[in-house]
Formats: sequence, C-alpha cells, structure tokens
Amino acid sequence: MISLALDAASKRYPDTVALDTVSLEFPEGRITAVIGPSGCGKSTLLRLCNGLVRPDKGQVLAFGEPLRYDNLAPLRRRIGYAVQGSALFPHMSARDNISLLPRLEGWTPEAIEARIRELMALSHLAPEQLERYPHQLSGGQQQRVGLCRALVLRPDLLLLDEPFGAIDPITRRDIQHQFLELHRAEPRTTVLVTHDMPEALKLADHILVMATGRVVHSASRDDLLAQHPGEEPGALLERLLRGANP
Amino acid sequence: MRPFGYRVFLALLSAILLVASAGAEDPPIRIGSKTFTESYVLGEITAQLLQNRGLSVERALGLGGTLIAWEALKSGEIDVYPEYTGTLTQAVLKQPGLTLVELRSAVAAHELNIPVLLGFNNSYAVAVATPVAQRLGLNKVSDLRAQPQLTAGFSHEFLNRGDGWQALRQTYGLPQEARGIEHALGYDALEAGQLDITDAYSTDGELAARDISLLADDLNFFPSYQAILLTRADLPTEARAIIGELDDKLSEAIMRQLNYRVAIGGESPAAVAASFLRTSGLVADATVIEATRMDRILANTATHLKLTGIALLLACVVAIPLSLVLSRYQQLSRALLYGAGLVQTIPALALLALLIPLVGLGELPAVLALFLYSLLPIVRNTLTGLFSVDPLLKEVATGMGLTDGQRLWHVELPLAVPTLLAGIKTAAIISIGTATLAAFVGAGGLGEPIITGLNLNDHRLILEGALPAAALAIIVEVMFEWLERVIVPAHLRQ
Repeated sequence: MISLALDAASKRYPDTVALDTVSLEFPEGRITAVIGPSGCGKSTLLRLCNGLVRPDKGQVLAFGEPLRYDNLAPLRRRIGYAVQGSALFPHMSARDNISLLPRLEGWTPEAIEARIRELMALSHLAPEQLERYPHQLSGGQQQRVGLCRALVLRPDLLLLDEPFGAIDPITRRDIQHQFLELHRAEPRTTVLVTHDMPEALKLADHILVMATGRVVHSASRDDLLAQHPGEEPGALLERLLRGANP
Repeated sequence: MRPFGYRVFLALLSAILLVASAGAEDPPIRIGSKTFTESYVLGEITAQLLQNRGLSVERALGLGGTLIAWEALKSGEIDVYPEYTGTLTQAVLKQPGLTLVELRSAVAAHELNIPVLLGFNNSYAVAVATPVAQRLGLNKVSDLRAQPQLTAGFSHEFLNRGDGWQALRQTYGLPQEARGIEHALGYDALEAGQLDITDAYSTDGELAARDISLLADDLNFFPSYQAILLTRADLPTEARAIIGELDDKLSEAIMRQLNYRVAIGGESPAAVAASFLRTSGLVADATVIEATRMDRILANTATHLKLTGIALLLACVVAIPLSLVLSRYQQLSRALLYGAGLVQTIPALALLALLIPLVGLGELPAVLALFLYSLLPIVRNTLTGLFSVDPLLKEVATGMGLTDGQRLWHVELPLAVPTLLAGIKTAAIISIGTATLAAFVGAGGLGEPIITGLNLNDHRLILEGALPAAALAIIVEVMFEWLERVIVPAHLRQ
C-alpha cells in the first residue's frame, strides 16, 4: 500500500495557481525532497498532505484512503509535522512540547519517558535541555526538539517544511547528519520541502523539482548524480528548471 | 501553566462567594431617604421611632435621587421615605397644580399613601452671596433680570426637573445661563465668588452659618413643597399608626435647626434624630447606638468586596467562555466588543436607574451594574489575547493533530492568559471604584460614607470611604501581580 499519494490535485488562490493537476506517489520508506523557487507551490503541496490545505480538484490519498476533511485529527497523528523555526509552544518546556501528543493519546508516563529517552539519544539532546523553555534553547536545539515532537508518536509519515532553513551552516550540517541517523533508525516515508539543492542532494533519496505549480522533474538522487557527474548542485537545479521552461 | 495558581484563584473566589451568602430574617420595615441632610434626618427620625416601638427596621438611606427612591418604593424595595408634595406633582407625576386631595388619590393609583404631613414647607429658593446681594440691591428673584453678568450654577436635579431652572427662567425672564454643579459644592462656590446664583432649600440649616441670602419668590413661582412621609399602601397598620405620631411635629425652624446641627455642627443624622425624638416627647429615652468607626469601615469594606467579588466572578464566568466561543467568528466577536463597549458608555447612575425597575433596589442592581462594567475589559482582553497568538503556532498545533478544542485549551488559552489576567485586573480595579456608587441604590459598601460625607459636607466621613477604597485598589493590584507571577512563566509576562 502506498502511504501518500496525490491524484490530479489542484489548488488555486485568487491571484495564483499554487498547484496545477499534480499526480504522484511518494516512494515508501524513503525521503523525498521537494525543491523549487519560492512561490512554486512546494509548501502548498506539503500542506495538502496533512489536510491544512484542501484541493479544489482531485484528491489526496493517505494510507490508501482519500482524506476525510471532517475529522482530520486522528489521521494527522499518524503524520509527523515540523516547520522552519520549529514553532515550539513557548509556554511549554521542551519536554512538555514533545510529550503533548502522547499525553493526549493517553500513553502511560513510563511509555512517554521511554520514548523521550529514545528520541533524545537519536537527536543528541541533553537531559537538562528538556526542562528548558524554547527561548532558553539555541536555534539548533529548538529544531531538534521540534523534530522529536514530530516523531514522538512513531508516525508512519513525516512532513518537513524547510526544517533546517533558519540555522547557521555549521549547526545545520550536524542536524542534517542526525536527521539521517534518525531516519536510518526509524525509516519512514518522508517529504522534505526545501529551497536548498545541496541539502536535497544530501538528505533525499528522491528529488521532485517544482515550478509554477507543476512537478517539472522527478528522479532518484542516484540517477541525477549519474546523469550530471560532478556538477555543482546550484547549477544542476538551474539546469533542471530551465529544462522545464525553455 | 501551573495548576497551583488556578487553585489559589478558585479558593479566593469561592471565599468571596461564601461571604456573600448571608442569612435572612423576618421582613423588616425598610426606610429610604434621598441624599441630602434633611432627608437623612427625616429617614433617621422615622427609623428610630419605629425601632423604639419595637419594630424591626432596615435603613436604605441616601438613595441617589427622587426617581430612584420613587421606583424603589413602588417596587417594594423600601416601605417608606420622606418626600415633598411639590416634588411629587412636578417631577414625578408631572401634574403641577394638584391639590393635596388630588395628590393623595394620584399616588393611591400607584398603591402608595401619604399618611403623614410633617408640618413644614421646604421650598426651593434662589440663593446669592450676601455681599453680592447688598452691592447690587438684590432682594427678590425678579431683581436678577437686570444683572445678566451674574453666573448661575444649579444642582443637576434642579437644572433638569420640570419645575426647575428652565421654568423659573421663563417665568421671570432671566438672562443668565446656568451650568450643573454638585449641590454640596454650591454654597462654597457662592462664598468663594466662583458662582453668583445657585439653588437652595428653605430649611437648609447651612444657610444660617453662611454669608448667603435667599431671594424672595415675588411671582410665587415655586410650588408648595410640604414635607410628607410617602409609604406603600401595604405598610402594616401598626407601623402606619406609629409614624402617624410624626404628623405636624416639625416646623421649618425646627427642621432648619436639625439640619444646621448635622451640616454645620457635625453631629450625625442619627444623633440629631434621637435628640429630636427625645425633646419632642415622642420617645422617653432615645439613645443612639452608633457603631464605632472601625466597625463601620470593616463592615463597609466587606460589603464592598462582596459586591465587586461577585460581579467580577460572574463577569469572568460569562465573558471568558463567551469570548472563547465567539473568537472563532470575527463578526460576532466584534459585535460582542461593541455591545460591551456600549454598556461602558452609560453613566453609572443612569445604569443604576435603568436597573431599578427591573431588579429593584439593594445589592442586585449594584452587582448587575458592576458585572456589566466588568464585561468589556475581560471580553476585550480575552479576544485580544486569543487573536494575538502566533498564527504559525496555531497552524502547527492543527497540523500535529490537535482538535480545535485541544488547540484552544493547550495552546491558545495558555498564551492568552497574561492578557486575559490583565483584563480581569482592570475590571477588578474599575469595579472597586464604581462600587462606591452602590450606595445610591442602598447596597452599602465604601460609597456609603463617601456619599453621606459629600452630602453632609463631612470630610472625615468622605475619607472613611475613600481611603479604604484606595487601599483596596492597591491590594487588588498587588494580588493580581502575585497571581500573574504564580501562573505565568517569566518570559511570557507582559
């Protein structure tokens, strides 16, 4: 069964077409990067996947079923979600941010504690950082907590919207590395929206290039690198986009 | 969010509620009065006479104006209050020129009686400072016609009533323009030369001690204002018989003297009433048991806290859930804000007067008015708090799989709490100030000494209410700061 697919989905805003009849299936258990210039519709595509945006035409299929827009919360708990700047709840400690969903799900305190310990080890968070409020953590630490929060329920799917966008380059490299570790430990179908081609090539198994609401190129990373050996990532993205709009 | 803070908050509120639920006993005879010295004294005389004859009595003295006293009597909130025939015909019934017999049947239509004519006529009079009168040769009201440069200031009631300033001005053809002034301040302004003309009562004791002259009503403009006791028709026979003994017992000279002793001599209306009842032979041994100042302050403060506490609690219980529900609908939230804002623009006395026909006199209209005034700050701040939550946080909460209710409870509400708390604090402090007006509807509280003191020109009495009220406001402010420290993490405080 395919976890996540779009079937001729379109979304139009008053002045732009954000998504124009897109059909695709995300490779099971793999990381798919969605890349393109700002305004290309990549964020809309991501938000279609957990129902934050509803398509005008076509449909979104999760776990083989069309989304039921009248009751999305149960489905969303099977879909982890993290965004740029982490958007941690400022009135909760890091621990409370992470444990909110399992508490609402009725997990026992022991189960929650065990899961948190697991995630801390994978994301290199120190125990004392758990008790801090978000504003007492560095940007990188906040991003790790945000990732833990998205993964705490062991979701089948993970949606990431530019999650490493607002972090300095050195920290970003660390977190990207830890993210891959996490993925290897708990492989799941992941959609990563980014505007950074090196990041896409580093993290993703599969690359979707978008422009003006359409997917203009879809290929596995290995194929891409084989077809364009040694090419600088930025130039490669330019070439792929140009190929779409000659 | 630490649950400890909530628990303290709830404990405080329930303590206030507990104080509120006081016990009730047999229905006593309720005596009202208006807010000037003479009315206080007459109310006290009536109350003490009934008490002396063994009846249980409750005082609602200092009701804020004729209409409030009249409505209170009609609705059965009080059983008797001192009134004047002229006030009834002109200001209440608006049928000037009624004879006493006609007046009796007119009030009978409202289920009311006039069993007692006290024996004096307290007419309105026009007052000027004596030096001004001498310099300009003013003896009668028509002399004012030739002095357009004189400034006039009248009590708000005289300025606006049917037989007041406008009619006087027309009858005499007076050229002066008048502005409103608190009656208690009129004489001071006259003597200080800030004002040349004001209204006075012919039995006003204060006139004797001041350099003020009354002008003769040479066109017989002012109707007769015979002092009466106005009662409900269902006043028990026994009580009716007792107050009947007051018939024709007070001359203008006696009344002026009694007024003088309160207004200038600084005696309390209760003490003066007792001494009158003794010297007139109505009671053998009238002694007033007056509460000590400290007792009074404590009792008034407790009442004040009770009124504001209940009103605030009610406002929270209504405004917060309402705002939470309506925050989802922009248009409705705006309508709610406008509605609450509209209430805020109604002057407190007007609001009280509007409420009396609906809910009667006493604590209910006071609590209701305070409740209505508390709505706006709480609604506004709750909505502002909710609307100012970062939209990204709301979207992430939804995207994570929180239901609308969970998002509200775990994310939006906690983030709105600092603003919400500030709103409740504002409402509390406004209420403490506004609750001083509760005395006008007989609800007591710290406004009672303030209003009585203002009307009797007794500064110590004013301070007896004003200082505890100020202290209360400061204590509440500090309490809310502490509450905020307990509930809200430091980085989210405003």
